Amino acid sequence: MTHNIKKVLVLGSGALKIGEAGEFDYSGSQALKAMKEEGIKTVLINPNIATVQTSKGIADEIYFLPVTPYFVEQVILKEKPDGILLAFGGQTALNCGIELFNAGTLEKYNLKVLGTPIETIIKTEDREIFANELRKIDVKTPKSMAVESIDDALAAAGELGFPIIVRAAFTLGGQGSGFCNNMDELRTLAENALSYSSQILVEESLKGWKEVEYEVVRDAYDNCITVCNMENFDPLGIHTGESIVIAPSQTLTNSEYHKLRSLALKIIRHMGVVGECNVQYALDPNSEDYRVIEVNARLSRSSALASKATGYPLAFVAAKLGLGYALQDLKNAVTKTTTACFEPALDYVVCKIPRWDLNKFEGVTKEIGSSMKSVGEVMAIGRNFEEAIQKGLRMIGQGMHGFVGNPHSKFEDVDQELSNPTDMRIFAIAQAFEKGYSVNQIHDLTAIDKWFLSKLENISKLKWELKKFNQLDALDSTLLRKAKVYGFSDFQIARFVLKPQDGNMEAELLQVRNARKKLGIVPVVKQIDTLAAEYPAQTNYLYLTYSGSENDLTYENDNKSVIVLGSGAYRIGSSVEFDWCSVNALNGVKKEGYRSVMINYNPETVSTDYDVCDRLYFDELSFERVLDIIELEQPKGVVVSVGGQIPNNLSMRLHKANVKVLGTSPESIDRAENRKTFSAMLDYLKIDQPRWEELTSIEAIHNFIDEVGFPVLIRPSYVLSGAAMNVVSNKNELEHFLNLATQVSKQYPVVVSEFIQQAKEIEFDGVAKDGEVLIDAISEHVEFAGVHSGDATLVFPPQKLYFETIRRIRKIAKEIAKSLNITGPFNMQLLAKDNDIKVIECNLRASRSFPFVSKVMDYNFVELAMKAMLNGTIPSQMPSMFELENIGVKASQFSFSRLSKADPILGVDMASTGEVGCIGPDYYDAILKSMISVGYRIPKKAVLISSGPIRSKIELLQSTQMLQEKGYKLYGTRGTAKFLSENDVEIEAVAWPDEKGEKTALDLIRNKEVDFVINIPKNLSENELYNDYQIRRAAIDLNVPLVTNARLASAFIYSFCKKSLETLDINTYSHYLS
Amino acid sequence: MLKQAKLILEDGSEYLGTSFGYEGSVAGEMVFNTAMTGYPESLSDPSYRGQILVTTFPLIGNYGVPGDRKEDDLFRHFESEKIQLSGFVVSDYTEDFSHWNASLSLSDWMKEHQIPGIYGVDTRALTKKLRNGGSMKAKIVFDDQDLPFEDPNSRHLVSEVSTTEIKTYGNGKHKVLLLDCGVKNNIIRCLLKRDTTITRVPYDFDFTNEDYDGLFISNGPGDPKLNVKAIEHVKTAINQDRPIMGICLGTQLMALAAGADTYKLKYGHRSHNQPVLLNGTKRCFITSQNHGYAINTDTLPSDWEVLFENANDNTCEGIKHKSKPFFASQFHPEASSGPTDTEFLFDEFIELMEKYKGKA
Repeated sequence: MTHNIKKVLVLGSGALKIGEAGEFDYSGSQALKAMKEEGIKTVLINPNIATVQTSKGIADEIYFLPVTPYFVEQVILKEKPDGILLAFGGQTALNCGIELFNAGTLEKYNLKVLGTPIETIIKTEDREIFANELRKIDVKTPKSMAVESIDDALAAAGELGFPIIVRAAFTLGGQGSGFCNNMDELRTLAENALSYSSQILVEESLKGWKEVEYEVVRDAYDNCITVCNMENFDPLGIHTGESIVIAPSQTLTNSEYHKLRSLALKIIRHMGVVGECNVQYALDPNSEDYRVIEVNARLSRSSALASKATGYPLAFVAAKLGLGYALQDLKNAVTKTTTACFEPALDYVVCKIPRWDLNKFEGVTKEIGSSMKSVGEVMAIGRNFEEAIQKGLRMIGQGMHGFVGNPHSKFEDVDQELSNPTDMRIFAIAQAFEKGYSVNQIHDLTAIDKWFLSKLENISKLKWELKKFNQLDALDSTLLRKAKVYGFSDFQIARFVLKPQDGNMEAELLQVRNARKKLGIVPVVKQIDTLAAEYPAQTNYLYLTYSGSENDLTYENDNKSVIVLGSGAYRIGSSVEFDWCSVNALNGVKKEGYRSVMINYNPETVSTDYDVCDRLYFDELSFERVLDIIELEQPKGVVVSVGGQIPNNLSMRLHKANVKVLGTSPESIDRAENRKTFSAMLDYLKIDQPRWEELTSIEAIHNFIDEVGFPVLIRPSYVLSGAAMNVVSNKNELEHFLNLATQVSKQYPVVVSEFIQQAKEIEFDGVAKDGEVLIDAISEHVEFAGVHSGDATLVFPPQKLYFETIRRIRKIAKEIAKSLNITGPFNMQLLAKDNDIKVIECNLRASRSFPFVSKVMDYNFVELAMKAMLNGTIPSQMPSMFELENIGVKASQFSFSRLSKADPILGVDMASTGEVGCIGPDYYDAILKSMISVGYRIPKKAVLISSGPIRSKIELLQSTQMLQEKGYKLYGTRGTAKFLSENDVEIEAVAWPDEKGEKTALDLIRNKEVDFVINIPKNLSENELYNDYQIRRAAIDLNVPLVTNARLASAFIYSFCKKSLETLDINTYSHYLS
Repeated sequence: MLKQAKLILEDGSEYLGTSFGYEGSVAGEMVFNTAMTGYPESLSDPSYRGQILVTTFPLIGNYGVPGDRKEDDLFRHFESEKIQLSGFVVSDYTEDFSHWNASLSLSDWMKEHQIPGIYGVDTRALTKKLRNGGSMKAKIVFDDQDLPFEDPNSRHLVSEVSTTEIKTYGNGKHKVLLLDCGVKNNIIRCLLKRDTTITRVPYDFDFTNEDYDGLFISNGPGDPKLNVKAIEHVKTAINQDRPIMGICLGTQLMALAAGADTYKLKYGHRSHNQPVLLNGTKRCFITSQNHGYAINTDTLPSDWEVLFENANDNTCEGIKHKSKPFFASQFHPEASSGPTDTEFLFDEFIELMEKYKGKA
């Protein structure tokens, strides 16, 4: 193998967003590992500071910069690489690469694109060229017409006939795509799609066809393999990212499987891909007719899923092939003896289920379709479909216990739910079976293959069999075993057999557990080995199943295992940052000399890579499954504090089951989680907190509000990212919200707290041992309190806090750590107003900001926490945030453009899907780089301002003056224009959207007369006035940068007025640390 | 109540399963296959004669069994006239199949052909046992119908699956003599697609004086060395110059005729994912395989060479004569089931015949 590459540039995918999530941290990390193995220097550009790939020791140099042509060129100038990898950072990296190619940048700097040639990428991205290329080799694509205007789109539809599908070219996850049944629908959709892309496609609709994907690999010697095929449970019409997916395909005959497989090889050969590629097909359910829907000549979400589903490291292999290796020169990473030139044989099935968070958004439509809305996914492994899907439905973490046994999912019109799919359709199927629908009836309404429906019916039938019994002794062991084989949890069995009326069912599910263990009904551990047991596996990539009689592993029982509980599906509020924490915890465990054991089920992560730990259980993080694994491993202890809220919530239950929880005791965790005990502790310590009360009656709530006054914050006791938490400003809102809040959790009463306005919010992250704080990091929010900490813009080290405030926060932290005897990571959120400090929350676990502060400070908080928990040697010298010479800013990424109709406002409920962190020599430098990284653009001509309440008008006054000095044309809605004119700012007033006949704010956006929109909502919670909502939504739909917070708008304006793109500091991460 | 049956291996281990096929005990050789598709093809593959098969892929029966439509006097969707293997062991069986092309369930098909099958077995554990202990004698036993273990490789299995009469297929320009040792229908289909007339003859037929452009030696079950007559006839053929292609057992017969030796593999190759290297090149192909015996390459005479080699275990995957138009593959270029990447080998055979006829 020879190549003359010495240094490569790797483009990352930036912040996590809908359509581009953690899977690219996984693929990028693999590519970097592959390069490192070859002794090639790697330079990574990725502003996503929470990722594993931007950690020390993975790339040689890291730039926390936006992945845009300008910044990439600056890095090229500095680093002078000789190769570039474009396929590992999703659509973001690919689009950037194409722009660099088209601008001649790659040629100018003599940069070799490793792997698939850029011409091939362009061919696969431009749908018309792509369809022409496939026609040349007699491969069918949907009848389709590429158009560049609305009129042409309408004409094309006339020719093809309705229904049709519209797609925008060059976008991620099907942005701007959808089905249309008539000209009106088409007009709306086409207008929207054309705002994302200059070209759109009008295509024949293949609704109801099966959707099948193949992951294909080719080397430079024309050797090709398909690593995995996958079949969508939902027929065509639902984006593959929105569909339940099963691998390998289940309803295809050998002839169909291999027909599509050989077409995939034909396509990849013709296109000249070197590396990895994904081919998506529509397959007629009544013949072998097919269409090729899409080819992605890059690593994708599907390829990450395929890697996890098979154990075949696609990204790693693709990176090596890019250097000129032949497939057979590479080894199978699992057996370590056989070749990587093979096609994995699975002896299990996997089921991927998307995770949606549509409930978090005001106004969003719940229907799913050809555009992606899900924010994460889970992968469940089983030896039959029933087991895999039931596991998966529990894993998505929305309170479901499997396919059946979810009493709160009730649909008024089941037929409607079945034929118009929403995120809840699978549960509508459950209800349909409940109501006696046949497989055929459901098939007619959903077009889902009867094979899947029969399997679901099996589960439903088994439920009725279980319900015939009222006690466990009466249940015969064959039926109990059958239930476990079909994926029933102890909880489900308890619910069906023991039929408890209420309560948390802890006692009942343990009863089931004991009963089945007595009968010897326990799960077995199986290895994922890529070759279905034909060759022995050298790795421990594991899952548990009841379809088996023996374990693949023998256990040491040496008390040397440390189990780290991972964070589950990515969702709003728990994302790649907890994956970083989990991976670093595993490293910490290894460094302390223990066997590192991971439990997690998210296929988009690095923590579920079998080579980051000694044993990986790709399985549920349920109490039941975690106990199963603990019984096998007999560990030294379990780490519950690095995977976010899921493991945190298990701590007390594990503790009660006599499991050793490492670090802070579960009693302390419970004390901090429980508002009453925590508040009592704060009172005792004389630490201030916002006034609050736990209330059980409406009357009591009114009385409390009379005392503290509106606005108030209302929330349930156990919270993840502000679920069902809201600020209410008047009685109407209060009534409306109380209904929602009580639905969330009946076990816990409603908590009402006073809401302090105009207060600074501060984040404290620390690690303690035996109640002594070892290290801390304090960051401040740019926005005032009221914006969820996960959506806020963080500055670290803080620039605008009083020294006094910091000193007092540290004192509070010290007292709390001592009182709770904390060992391990912890995080607090505090409010500061005029040096008055109030504690609003304390989590005895790693927080979202751990990777950010760890990286800015160059000190790994999680590894230190593991040392503390495992009694390792604690270094005597700790760095201090006061020593830092540079500033880090963490900004949030929103995906409102994906969430049709959602109101893009920020509140106490979290809405962002990802984040970035950039480092700079000064505040404005870091702010500007981070905001550009999450998609903001420095405006070139004009700004539209609706500045909301008077407070924010005043807040924005100085910055609008700056805009004027810089020569920007300013437009304002009436009140704003009036206020600013009175303050000597030159601004043109425009009409509100509903004022007919005049030029409205909406026209400005539609005609692209403005390139930045500031729209500050009038209050924090009320359903916004139609007009403001229209402006915000138009800005999102037409891709004009929008800011809805006055403080952030001000910071952004200051930054781009004081700095220009050209003056931004371009430097490596290591430079900022030295 | 579903009937239970036991799978018993010669090492004494027992697996209890639920019957989904014919309810009658059977003995045979236990082998595993790691393919994820193609159970109708596998079950009707004559090379499985005498064997009890366990599939490592756990979900079987999903798309039912297609109808018995015939094309060119061959079942369109099967590899022979009937189910050839002796017993079938799976993890999870689906009775409620779903496919536009299915006519009956796998269970009904197996009952019709009197072949027993059980599900609910830890097929991974069973496969690991075979990997470690090698293919072994086994039996599926119902209630009190016990029967002795039996080694099918001691029987002349080829005689059980070969045609008994001479048959002709097609009307193409290349005359192929097909020595049927248990030929899969798809080999015939692959040849017919290429403008051939096929004369299919029984395994022991003396074809040496027949008129043909090329000889094709088919796949088939069991120990190759038991085919004494066929080896003798092939020996005569390789002393002539007419092109010869062999597949699987055909490859072993060609090697034995050339004077090389064969041996039994520990647990064979039965899968759709076997990588084979084309000797002296960077080309590696994914192939479909089903064989328990292999050629000992050390014993190949000097005028023969290895054509393909397995990239995993370096076993011989094909041979060719250094100067004459003879070649053979241990794997199955006709696939069915499995990947079709090496179907071009049939084109090579046609080219050899064309070249030969050009010379003659």
